[in-house]
Amino acid sequence: MSADLEAVASVGVNAALAAGATDAEAFVEQGVEREIRVYEGAVESLTDAARRGIGVRAFADGRAGYAYGTDIGDAGIEEVARAARAAAEVADEDPYVGLPDETGATEVAPLRSPEIGEWTTERKVDLAIAAERAARAHAGVGQVEQVVYADADGSRALASSRGFSGSFETSAAWAYASALAGDGADRMTGIGLGIGRGPEDLDPEQIGGEAATRALAQVGARPVASRRCPVVLDPFVAASFVGFIGAMLSADAVQRGRSLFADREGDEIAGEPLRLADDGTAREGPATAPFDGEGCPRRRVPLIDGGRLVGFLYDSRTARRAGRATTASAERPSYRSPPAVGTSNLVIEPGPAPLEDLVARAADGLYVMGVVGLHSGVNPVSGTFSVGATGRLIERGELADPVREVTIASDLVSMLRSVQAVGSEARWVPFGGSVHAAPMLLGEMAVSGL
Amino acid sequence: MTLLDPELAGPVLARALRRGGDVAELYVEARHGFALSLDDERVERPQSGDEVGASVRLISGDAAYFGHVDGLREDDLLRIADSVAGALAAGDERASDDGIRLTAAHPSSRHPVETPPQEVDAARKADLLRACDATARAAGVAVSQVSAGYAEERRAVQVFNSDGLAAADDRTRVRLAVQVVARRGEVVETGSETRGGHGGLELLAEDAVRDVAADAARKALTMLDARAAPSGRMPVVVGNGFGGVLLHEAVGHGLEADAVQKNTSIYAGRLGERIAPALVTAYDDGSRTGAWGSDGIDDEGTPTQRTTIIEDGRLTSYLYDRVRARRDDVPSTGNGRRESFRDLPIPRMTNTFFAPGEGSPEALISDTQRGLYAVSFGGGQVDPATGDFVFGVSEGYLIEDGRVTAPVRGATLVGNGLEALRAIDGIADDLEIGTGYCGKDGQRVPAGVGQPHVRLRELTVGGTAA
Repeated sequence: MSADLEAVASVGVNAALAAGATDAEAFVEQGVEREIRVYEGAVESLTDAARRGIGVRAFADGRAGYAYGTDIGDAGIEEVARAARAAAEVADEDPYVGLPDETGATEVAPLRSPEIGEWTTERKVDLAIAAERAARAHAGVGQVEQVVYADADGSRALASSRGFSGSFETSAAWAYASALAGDGADRMTGIGLGIGRGPEDLDPEQIGGEAATRALAQVGARPVASRRCPVVLDPFVAASFVGFIGAMLSADAVQRGRSLFADREGDEIAGEPLRLADDGTAREGPATAPFDGEGCPRRRVPLIDGGRLVGFLYDSRTARRAGRATTASAERPSYRSPPAVGTSNLVIEPGPAPLEDLVARAADGLYVMGVVGLHSGVNPVSGTFSVGATGRLIERGELADPVREVTIASDLVSMLRSVQAVGSEARWVPFGGSVHAAPMLLGEMAVSGL
Repeated sequence: MTLLDPELAGPVLARALRRGGDVAELYVEARHGFALSLDDERVERPQSGDEVGASVRLISGDAAYFGHVDGLREDDLLRIADSVAGALAAGDERASDDGIRLTAAHPSSRHPVETPPQEVDAARKADLLRACDATARAAGVAVSQVSAGYAEERRAVQVFNSDGLAAADDRTRVRLAVQVVARRGEVVETGSETRGGHGGLELLAEDAVRDVAADAARKALTMLDARAAPSGRMPVVVGNGFGGVLLHEAVGHGLEADAVQKNTSIYAGRLGERIAPALVTAYDDGSRTGAWGSDGIDDEGTPTQRTTIIEDGRLTSYLYDRVRARRDDVPSTGNGRRESFRDLPIPRMTNTFFAPGEGSPEALISDTQRGLYAVSFGGGQVDPATGDFVFGVSEGYLIEDGRVTAPVRGATLVGNGLEALRAIDGIADDLEIGTGYCGKDGQRVPAGVGQPHVRLRELTVGGTAA
C-alpha cells in the first residue's frame, strides 16, 4: 500500500515541475482512524474515519509555496501542484529555501502494531469500558467524566525532484480517562492515560487507576500561603514545561530572535542532572519515523547534556542559513501543513532516584500535579511565567495536604538552572508534544496563594 | 453552488438508518483556505488548501455513531452510511428505501461579504502584511521584530437529516494577526492584536490594518516600562473586547449543555438562580452581523440566534446542540458546531459577551482606589468541574487613586467563575467583540469573545513582586 502512495507522491512532484517549479516535493497520507468515547458503561460516540490527502511544496526563483487537497486523483493532484506553484509567486525571495542536499532513511523498529488490524470495534469498546470500571472501583470516585479510546492506522509517502522517494506504515493507539472525586466545590479532576502503537499496548487498569488516584490525591485541596520553596514536578507537568523548552531550541526560533537560548550554545543553561535529547528514532516514541518531513534520515539529537546546551534542531533551510547540517527536524503533523522545524520525541534522561527520594530531598515544598494556563502564562520571548497549579504540599520530606488555586512563577532559564534531580519514573506523555518525561526536583520557585 | 444533490442524500440517510436509530444526518462541506505570513520583514509561507468531504452521524438513544470521508464519491458516502449502521449493536434490517424526502439546499451567505477574498490578488494580501510591518516599525525605535499573519477561509456546508431537514450556509472569514517584539537592553516584551470577522476583505481596510499594527506595537512598547505585578486580593478592572475571554472561559464553557448534562459544570441545576448581581446580562449570539463567531446556521442546520444566558443576574439558558436539546426536551439554541466534516458537532459558544451597561470605562477606573487594570489576556484556562480559572494578563496596569499608572508584567488572575460573577460591580458602555479561537475536545472553532469594560470588586492577583 505504501508503495502505491509513493507513486501518487511522484505524480505530485512531476505536476509541480510541469507547472513551472524548479524543484518540488510531495507528501501523501492515507489511513483510517477510530475514536470511541464511553460514559457510564455505554458508548457515547464512535467515529470511523478514512483520511487521505496530498501536500505539495513548489520551489521557484528562491521562493517556496505550499498547497494541499483531499483529491489524490490525477486531476486533483495537478490542481494542488498548480496552486503550490502559484503560491510561491507571493513569497519574498529567500536565499536559504530549497530541498535538502542529502536525503535518506534510518532503520527503525516497526512502527505499525501487528495487531491493530485484528482488534474488532467491540474489543476496543470493552477496553474503554474496562478503564472506566477501573476508575470507578476506587472508593471516593463519584463519576468518570469521560473515557476516550483512539487509534490511527495508515501510511505516509514522500517524494522529491532530487530523487528521494520513501514511505512507511505507522499506527498509534491511546486512551485517557478523566475521573472526578469529591463533592461540590471540593470536586477535583484526575487524568489517567496510556499510549502505544496499538490497543494491545494499553492497560485499562493502569489508565483508570491512574485517573482515580490522581483525582483522589487532590480532594479537599485548598489554597496555601505564598512562599518560596523547592518544587517537584510530576512527569505530566515536567513534560509540558520541557515541551516549551524544546520549541525554543528550534533553530527557526533562534534565527527569528524568538528564543531565550540564542547565542547560548555551549553554555551551562541547566542544572547538571538534566539531560535532554530529541530522538526521532526512539523505540517506542510516538513520533518515531525513518525520515523527517523533507526526507532526511531521523537521528538522536542531544540538546542539553550535563546542564550544557549542546545543540539546536535544524531543518534544511535553517541549517543552510546557519552553515550547519540538518538534524532531520522538519516536522509534518499532516498533509495540511508544510514541513517546519520542531521536536519529534523529546527525551528527558531519567535519573537514578525514585520520586520518593525527590520529595524527601525537597523537605518542605510543593509537589505539582497539574498546571493550567501554561500556553498563555509563559511569555515566549522573555520566558517568564506564572501559571495556576494544583498538587500536594511537601512537609518534612513527605507528601501532605492537597493544594489548589495557587500560582507558580519563575522564568524558564531560572527554572532550568534550578533542576537539582531527575527522577527514575520515566514514561511517554503526549503533553508538550511527545515527551519521554520523568519527575524533576527544582531548587526553588515562587508559589503565590493566600 | 450546490455540493450534493438531495437525490443522493436521501438514500445515504436511509442506508444509515437501515438497522435502526433515531436520526441520521449527512453533513457535507467544501472549504478553501489561503494563508500568508510575514516575519523578519519577509513575506513567506504562502499556503492554499482545498478540502471536500462529508460525514454521516447516526443518533440512537444517547449514543452517536459517526463516520467521515474525504471527497464526495457516492460509493464512499454509502460505505460510511453502512459503517455507522453496522456500529449499531443489534436491530432488525429495515427496507433501505422508506422515502426520506429532502429539498435541495443551496449554500448562500447570511452575512455580508462585499469583497470575496478569493477574488483578490494574493499580492495585495502580501501588501497588507507589509503595511503592518512598516506601521509597527515606525511606532518606536525599540521595536525589534514584527510578525504578521493573514488568513482567509470559505466554507460551504450542507446539512441533511432524516427528519427532512435540508439546510446550507456559505461562510467567509478573514483574519489578520500582528505580533510585535520590543527590546530595550535586557528587557523584551511582546504585544499582539488581531482583527477579522465573518465577511470579506472589506473588514481589513487599510486604516483598520494600520490600527491593528499600531496597537500591537504600542502594547509591546508600553510593557517595556512595566514593573513586577503585585500579588494579593484587589479590585480588577477588565478591558473591553478580548477581556471577554474571562466570561468565555469561566462562565460560557460551563453553560455548554454537554458539561451541564454530565454534571461536570458548576452551573448545572442552577437555571433561574441568581448567579450574578442584577446589573449583569450576557448573551451568546451566533447571528450577530459580521461577527467572528457568527454563521447563518450552526453545523446541524439550526439557524443561529441570540440566546440570553444571564438576564439581570439570573441564569436563563444553557447552550444546546440537537442531541443535548432533545435530552432536556428544549429546542436547540443553534450552538451545535464542529471544526470540519471530520468532527462531531458539540455544544460550542459563538459570540459570547456581557451586555453593555451605562457608565464610561473612565468612571470605572476613577471609582477604584487601588487595583489592577487588566487590558488583555494572553489566554486562559478553567476547570469546568470547579470553575477555577487562571488567566495570564498580557497587558496590565496598576490603578492608584482612581488613575491608571504603571504598567505591570507577570500578573495572573486566579479565581473561580461563580465568585468572579458575583464580584462584578460595574459594567461600562463600550462593548467590543474580539476574534478568538476556542479549543474543546480537540476541535478548534472561531469564537467571538467580548465585553465592555467590567469591574470586579475583588479577585486574587498572582504577581511576581515580592
